[in-house]
Amino acid sequence: MTTTTTTPAPVSPPPVSRPARFKVPGAFLLGAVLLLGVAPLALSDFRLNLLAKYLCYAIVAVGVSLAWGRGGLLVLGQGVFFGLGGYAMAMHLKLADAAATGQTLPDFMQLYGTGDTLPWWWQPFANPLFALAMTVLLPMAVAALLGFLVFRRRVKGAYFAILSQALAAALSIWLVGQQATTGGTNGLTDIQGFFGYDLNDPVNQRMVYFVIAAVLLLLMAAARQLFVSRYGELLIAVRDSEERVRFLGYDPANVKLVAYVVAAGMAGLAGALFVPAVGIISPALIGIVPSIGFVIGAAVGGRASLVGAVLGAIAVAWAQSTLSDAFPAAWTYLQGLLFVLAVGFLPGGLASLGAVLRRRRPRNRTTATGETA
Amino acid sequence: MSGLSISRRGLLAGASALGAGAALTACGAKTGSTSTSGSGAKADTSGATVKVGLLNSLSGTMAISEVTVHNALLLAVKEINAAGGVLGKKLKPISQDGASDWPTFAEKAEALITDDKVVATFGCWTSASRKAVKPVFERYKSLLFYPVQYEGLEQSPYIFYVGATTNQQIVPALDYLKKQGLTRLYLVGSDYVFPRTANKIIKAYAKAQGMTVVGEDYAPLGSTEFSTIVNKVKDAGADAVFNTLNGDSNVAFFKEYKSSGLTAKSLPVLSVSIAEEEVKSIGTQYLEGQLTAWNYYETTPGAANTKFVEAYQAAYGKDKPTSDPMEAAYISVYLWKEMVEKAGSFDVAKVKAASDGIELDAPEGKVTVDGATQHVYKTARIGKVGADGLIEEVWNSGKPIEPDPYLKGYSWASGLS
Repeated sequence: MTTTTTTPAPVSPPPVSRPARFKVPGAFLLGAVLLLGVAPLALSDFRLNLLAKYLCYAIVAVGVSLAWGRGGLLVLGQGVFFGLGGYAMAMHLKLADAAATGQTLPDFMQLYGTGDTLPWWWQPFANPLFALAMTVLLPMAVAALLGFLVFRRRVKGAYFAILSQALAAALSIWLVGQQATTGGTNGLTDIQGFFGYDLNDPVNQRMVYFVIAAVLLLLMAAARQLFVSRYGELLIAVRDSEERVRFLGYDPANVKLVAYVVAAGMAGLAGALFVPAVGIISPALIGIVPSIGFVIGAAVGGRASLVGAVLGAIAVAWAQSTLSDAFPAAWTYLQGLLFVLAVGFLPGGLASLGAVLRRRRPRNRTTATGETA
Repeated sequence: MSGLSISRRGLLAGASALGAGAALTACGAKTGSTSTSGSGAKADTSGATVKVGLLNSLSGTMAISEVTVHNALLLAVKEINAAGGVLGKKLKPISQDGASDWPTFAEKAEALITDDKVVATFGCWTSASRKAVKPVFERYKSLLFYPVQYEGLEQSPYIFYVGATTNQQIVPALDYLKKQGLTRLYLVGSDYVFPRTANKIIKAYAKAQGMTVVGEDYAPLGSTEFSTIVNKVKDAGADAVFNTLNGDSNVAFFKEYKSSGLTAKSLPVLSVSIAEEEVKSIGTQYLEGQLTAWNYYETTPGAANTKFVEAYQAAYGKDKPTSDPMEAAYISVYLWKEMVEKAGSFDVAKVKAASDGIELDAPEGKVTVDGATQHVYKTARIGKVGADGLIEEVWNSGKPIEPDPYLKGYSWASGLS
């Protein structure tokens, strides 16, 4: 690393240099090795389970990175989609648990319910395939409907964010009110099995972790392909100059809709995977505060950078677990401060820190890279 | 672009590696098969100290209440250590913050059991947090002592319920109202599990005992808009209001109540979630003369209570009140100590087996552990808020009431669960 970077890089025939060509798949493989190889060996069952929870937030962050980072849609209501996916999964698992003990009603319905029959809208969730499909399709359908109405009318910016928040608040309040059929504030808890596997067995908990890690990696790969595709270019164009895209003959509403719906599907899948990992889904997880929480990680890490958003989500969730013990009252403020600082002073998040510093101090560039190398 | 195709191939390779990784993962026990071993989280009793977990919300909306419980738990641990510990071992309290967030409670419970290897855990306040941690304690076969009155209908083998169940608080409160001739009730509550379940019980009781429920309203947790509800209460022709509101909502409710001209004389309110600490934050002028139902008040007579109040105020400040959940938390540590000493071991199965019949001269009076339900015999006490902010007892059940979490001994409650 002694070459001075002040000399312009030689223009070589292949436009993509050899290291850069393998950078993305290389980083991806490194991530896969870390998540699927190193983490399960290095971490205790409990820590691995916590990591599984963080990875669920990271899956939401992949969607946030797409919709907000690339599409400019400040999605402050991802809790809705996370919740729909989570409840769809939890409803099936509760029914399966009940069936395993020879009962027709989940435990909380026997305690707080009003009748002996399962509500009609619970019944199809007894089918595992239906429930699995719903974890993704339900959030996507809601997002499609909402997005269709909102983007057609060219609602954007803060209004879109406020609308998302209101929806998150409305869903969590509705769930609390329906104690007999949704478990109310308690949510759906005490989930014992996951498609026939006993979740109390640490081996099965590990299996859940592997599923979550694999889903995260696959979604990151898919999102990356979306980012570099023609659609990805169009999405950025819509973010940066919606009118210009419209004059070029594209419909920005459709472009935004796709990003919003895909992000919602990812959040739904994350919610569904969260349930076997943590064993609970409740209105407290999907209201306004957790919805903001979903974007903080992405904002801090770098919303436009896929890896930045994912690592940011994991880091913020980890910090929350660890720091909240040491400074219980201060953590909330710190989290808010991080968000404000990231959005105000480092819009690209930590992922852009290197680039920002390089731009600020061009003369120190050589030494800076020399130190890190 | 060639770069793209290569990265695609790389991604494919990565994806197949993923598939291989997933396939390698062994599959564990199926549901229903009881072969699951307790996940290797044995409590550590090897050293000169043993760790006990204190699991309370030290931040978030519940912190105002749960910090006082946390203080009471720490006081009990300190006293026990000063008196020589348990089975010759000093207790080391490990505090974890549940942050008023239910999954966080579950996470911290698991951390206490697996990382800290605690011998027992004390804490939780809301029903939702208890429901969230219940599977964790059951999975690791570790003990939780829960110090707050709750809605009953639960009996986990790994939880000791030291607060009142419904037949030790709500049912005696209804008996009291009936005896006073207050038979037309208006139910006001926060929208969550405890008020909804309590009101279900109240309605069943009213139906069987010739009382009338003239109205029932729920406000979202934390709601401070009560003009509509208070107006409805005013026009409903009720004799009394049964209040299961929780937290901040009480402040708004009682202010609205007073400003609309309703008083403790004209239409008394009986509250089940307002203790000394809450009286202070709501304001005595709004609550004077109103009724509460608990098992303990700061004014409860007896040497044990004098000692508790003095010790608490010496540790945390002269002006700090003591309340029912704090007292229950305080005695829960002592009850656990008695169980361990009777069992001669920290082993959970042995402690559970030794629990039946454990007695304690508690600040609230005599309490006895019922081994079958893992609840506690407690004396019900109805109190009236005085001008000094303390609560004076106006009636008690005379003797400790046997816990009956599923209300099996009450014929009117047969349809409830």
